[in-house]
Amino acid sequence: MKVTLWGTRGSLASPGQETIRFGGNTSCVSVEGTEGTQIVLDAGTGIRRLGQSFPPDLKRIYILLTHLHMDHVQGLPFFAPLRQAGVEVHIWGPASTTLSLRARILRYLSPPLFPISVRDILSDLHFHELPYETIEVGEFNVEAQLVLHPNPTVGYRINDSKSSLTYLPDHEPALGSSTFPRSKDWTSGCELAEGADLLIHDAQYSPDEYEERVGFGHSSIAQAVDFAGLAGVHQLVPFHHDPSHSDVMLDSMIEDVISEKQPGFEVTPGMEGIEINLGG
Amino acid sequence: MPQQEIEVILARQLAEYLVMPIFIVNPAGDLLYYNESAQDILGKRYDETGPMPAAEWSTIFEPVDQQGQPLNPEELPLIIAMTKLHPAHSRFWIRGLDETLRQIEVTAFPLIAQADRFLGAIAIFWEVPK
Repeated sequence: MKVTLWGTRGSLASPGQETIRFGGNTSCVSVEGTEGTQIVLDAGTGIRRLGQSFPPDLKRIYILLTHLHMDHVQGLPFFAPLRQAGVEVHIWGPASTTLSLRARILRYLSPPLFPISVRDILSDLHFHELPYETIEVGEFNVEAQLVLHPNPTVGYRINDSKSSLTYLPDHEPALGSSTFPRSKDWTSGCELAEGADLLIHDAQYSPDEYEERVGFGHSSIAQAVDFAGLAGVHQLVPFHHDPSHSDVMLDSMIEDVISEKQPGFEVTPGMEGIEINLGG
Repeated sequence: MPQQEIEVILARQLAEYLVMPIFIVNPAGDLLYYNESAQDILGKRYDETGPMPAAEWSTIFEPVDQQGQPLNPEELPLIIAMTKLHPAHSRFWIRGLDETLRQIEVTAFPLIAQADRFLGAIAIFWEVPK
């Protein structure tokens, strides 16, 4: 599978000279299978550019939302295939106890928050609430599990016959733990991440910032490295960078954590535009 | 050991910060976690015991009524929460590992998550002042 990062920023888009290398777009990652299955993980502002990259004969696309916070859905109405007749768009997301996924997304895709309503969408749009079991998405097996982040939020594990990707962009596994990391069975997200070839994980804060923002639903970069080590992944991409973190700060934070923890796996800085090929 | 459900992890994290004794059991009745305050009742630290099968931990207590007669297990709040899937409350006596007879009140409720997933139950204990 080919994994491409289109938006790596958390909370709020933050374009500018100081974020040009890591990027200013909010969460969006594409996963392309060897048989052509196209999955999009989250619909942050990065999805706009992704939408322009698809071939005109695209027939079907799957958008897997981790949750409905604005930085993960804001780009949806700007996703070109959504306005393209003849394209099937399947949107998967976590269930709620009150409103359907469709109703919750349409709160945003309607006036006054957005001028275009769902009636104007030309594609063949389908909404699916995630079951608590593995689902088949094109050529992939996809597992979704609830993880620690305010409001129902899931993480995903995408498997093909050769490789596995785990996507936990908003995740605070250290919340409430007297020690972190603790054992695997009591750590949120661990089953999804165990032994994954690639883990894309929340690394929004520095350790000092985390101390002031416990309960916000995010991790420090050091916690992301500890979590990756606990889960035994092969490669970690720190992701969902804080809007206030410049390229220079992120370089320094990543360098410091690698120097301190000496992880036994590769750490690839989560920069917009990078591609990672898994499974040979 | 497979990862606990996120709702159970959250329940444990809350229990760690509370001073009321709290037990968390899975759908099979196995004791998944008990907090520091519950250690006084069990007489053992969670760090020492880890999770305990239902057959093991249920024998530690000897629930009795005011006359000292053993209680029918089906009357115990945790069993009601587990089997009937609704909250239950009761006051009775127990003899713990230290052989002391204590009067306690217990409130138990089932953990039912989205999509009607039954994840187990939580019991909260209060010792009735003498």
